[in-house]
Amino acid sequence: MTRLEPGAVAPGQATSLPGATKPLIPGKKRAFGGSRVTPWLFLAVPLAFLIVLTYVPVVNMLWYSVTDWDGLSPDKDFVGFDNFVRIFTTPAIFQVFFVSLYYLVGAIAQLVLALYLATLLSFKTRFSNLFKGIIFFPYLINGVAIGLVFLYFFRPGGTLDALLAVVGVQDTPQWLGDPGVVNVSLAASSVWRYMGLNFVLFLGAIQSVPAEQYEAADLDGATSFDKFRYIIVPSIRRILGLSFILAIAGALSAFEMPYVMTGGANGSETFVIQTVNTAFKFSKVGLASAMAVVLLVIVLVITGIQRWLFPDEKKEVAS
Amino acid sequence: MKKTVIAATGGIVIAALALSGCSAGSSNDDGKPTGTITVLTNRTDLVDTTFKDYAAQFEKKYPGTDVKFEALTDYEGDAKIRLSSKDYGDALLIPSSTVTKDKYSSYFEPLGKTSDLEKTYRFAGDGSYNGEVYGISTFGSAMGIVINKTVWKDAGITTPPATQDEYLADLKAIKDKTDAIPYYTNYKDGWPLAGLENALGTTQGADARMKLAADKSPWKAGSDQYNIDDMLFTTVSEGLSEPDPTTTNWEESKDLLAQGKIGTMALGSWAVSQMQDAATKAGKSADEIGFWPMPWQTDGKFTSVTTTDKLLAVNKNSKNKATAKAWVNWFINDSGYAKSQGAISPVKSDPAPSTLKDFQDIGVEYVELNPDPKGKESLLTDIANTSEVDIFGNTYRQKLIDVARGAAAGTEGSYFATLNKQWAAAKTQVDQ
Repeated sequence: MTRLEPGAVAPGQATSLPGATKPLIPGKKRAFGGSRVTPWLFLAVPLAFLIVLTYVPVVNMLWYSVTDWDGLSPDKDFVGFDNFVRIFTTPAIFQVFFVSLYYLVGAIAQLVLALYLATLLSFKTRFSNLFKGIIFFPYLINGVAIGLVFLYFFRPGGTLDALLAVVGVQDTPQWLGDPGVVNVSLAASSVWRYMGLNFVLFLGAIQSVPAEQYEAADLDGATSFDKFRYIIVPSIRRILGLSFILAIAGALSAFEMPYVMTGGANGSETFVIQTVNTAFKFSKVGLASAMAVVLLVIVLVITGIQRWLFPDEKKEVAS
Repeated sequence: MKKTVIAATGGIVIAALALSGCSAGSSNDDGKPTGTITVLTNRTDLVDTTFKDYAAQFEKKYPGTDVKFEALTDYEGDAKIRLSSKDYGDALLIPSSTVTKDKYSSYFEPLGKTSDLEKTYRFAGDGSYNGEVYGISTFGSAMGIVINKTVWKDAGITTPPATQDEYLADLKAIKDKTDAIPYYTNYKDGWPLAGLENALGTTQGADARMKLAADKSPWKAGSDQYNIDDMLFTTVSEGLSEPDPTTTNWEESKDLLAQGKIGTMALGSWAVSQMQDAATKAGKSADEIGFWPMPWQTDGKFTSVTTTDKLLAVNKNSKNKATAKAWVNWFINDSGYAKSQGAISPVKSDPAPSTLKDFQDIGVEYVELNPDPKGKESLLTDIANTSEVDIFGNTYRQKLIDVARGAAAGTEGSYFATLNKQWAAAKTQVDQ
């Protein structure tokens, strides 16, 4: 997410406030050694973090991916593209992407639901702040805690079964034990957890639409759906596109919920779980790094497609 | 201008890196124990209670010392990652699932000659490489089945089953005559499944590890590997285990066994005292809990493999080796840790634990596995890693349970054939 934001907004702000960078007293302009250095001084700390915590590890990962490193040994032998050849010649490695389809369907349901709720709550609704809180709350809870809660929720005779029994449903499947159901259960837990974030993004975008437009629409006799279709959707088109791409990337790299809840057992293994197992269970850090590189490339390609379909409309922002 | 700015930014980054990696101080290699040491431990449950007392006793014996603990929840994983830095405490447990013996000398301080220490300590061979001991056992366990005696009695069984068929018939009797779940796999937590591997050697004897490494198809009748996995498979496929294995819970399983809702679990003898605690907590007698050997006899006699739990070692890069060594010595010899766990003490002269009383009555013979021969210390781990059949882990056994309960495609025969194929291929690759 962070990699998409800065470029889009910063230039517009800078040009709209030209007076802000001018020194108050002209004579003291050079006191800090030149105004050109000042922004770099401010940038030093975030840049240092970015380099040390993001770029250095990525470069390391690229290097590991062409070695046979086991994660511990002091020497790493260069093996060229062997690891990549192995990934693309072992069907089992790619089969797990099939599991991602469940998360993709879940993610789309999550977007629709979040958009629906955000639209509802952007109009005047009773207790709207309470509902906003309730919807966003799961996103604030630690993923491991959520995993444990859902483990009790899904176990035989657990919360879900008890709830269903109240409404008369007795014959329930094993939510995590049945291989045909487990991924649906896990994807649903992920939806519960991450919907709040989409909801807040959509709500923020919707609320930035000037109220006059709704008033004008009201005067023209527009229904709520018309307002949604012709005012809200066009206004938040870009945040929709961004969320969609993030949802796809998230579905491909689903990890936390299935790892905490099943550890990838019972056919719920995702690509990232498989990567982690390869690296840390079987001590094949080289191969696992190559798998991570493949995932990175896939996500980059998808992001590229997003930029192509929803290009930055800089003029619109600046005006 | 721009270049200087970039250079300055770079300088700040380097300075930040240098500062974080820097800690000054002289080292205390062989002097009197004094100063602070950090001890890494896997016992998150004891670190604020029992271990605090241990530290206090140690600090009393060696005034001027200060013992700090760092408890790691995922000990093996976290400790392994920290080994690639120099910062992994002063005394620590060897993360043995990933660090093979041939690498001991790169990370740990030698603690003495194997020929000397094996006179005093059990499992000295497990922590040795090239005649030097790098890690001393914290405690040992015997492998067997932990049972709820009342449940087994209610099913009409009072003597340990001597064959696998008898064992399965007994579990069936428990299923038919009582409300208890006959066997609990602990599938979700996984590590109890990994622990089954400790039964390796029950029928094949002290050289079982090398026999396994030499076998191209270990999953066929006659080997311990087959016995372990076939027994698990049949138990599950006959419906003698918990209905939904994916939602099991270790902490809860202790209570369930103590309360007679579970009949059996295959574990090391270290589990007995924890189960007894659970029984006492549930208002029952600790005698509810029994411990029997695995149901495979050799020449009409039961055998049980004793294995060491984690090995305690001293960081090679420690600045305070003297204190760390003193801690290792004190912890092994004087802390009473092994006794408090109801486990076999690493000190040979200590008496057998009360948890193994059943074994004494039955007349079980103990087998301690031989250390791997020189040059082959990492062989078995290498084959397991290359084949991705994690015999010391839980992934392939979870799959095995999935196949057995019909949640994954295949039969016992087809799954074992796949395992054999992967194993043989990896063996060829490693042997090169």
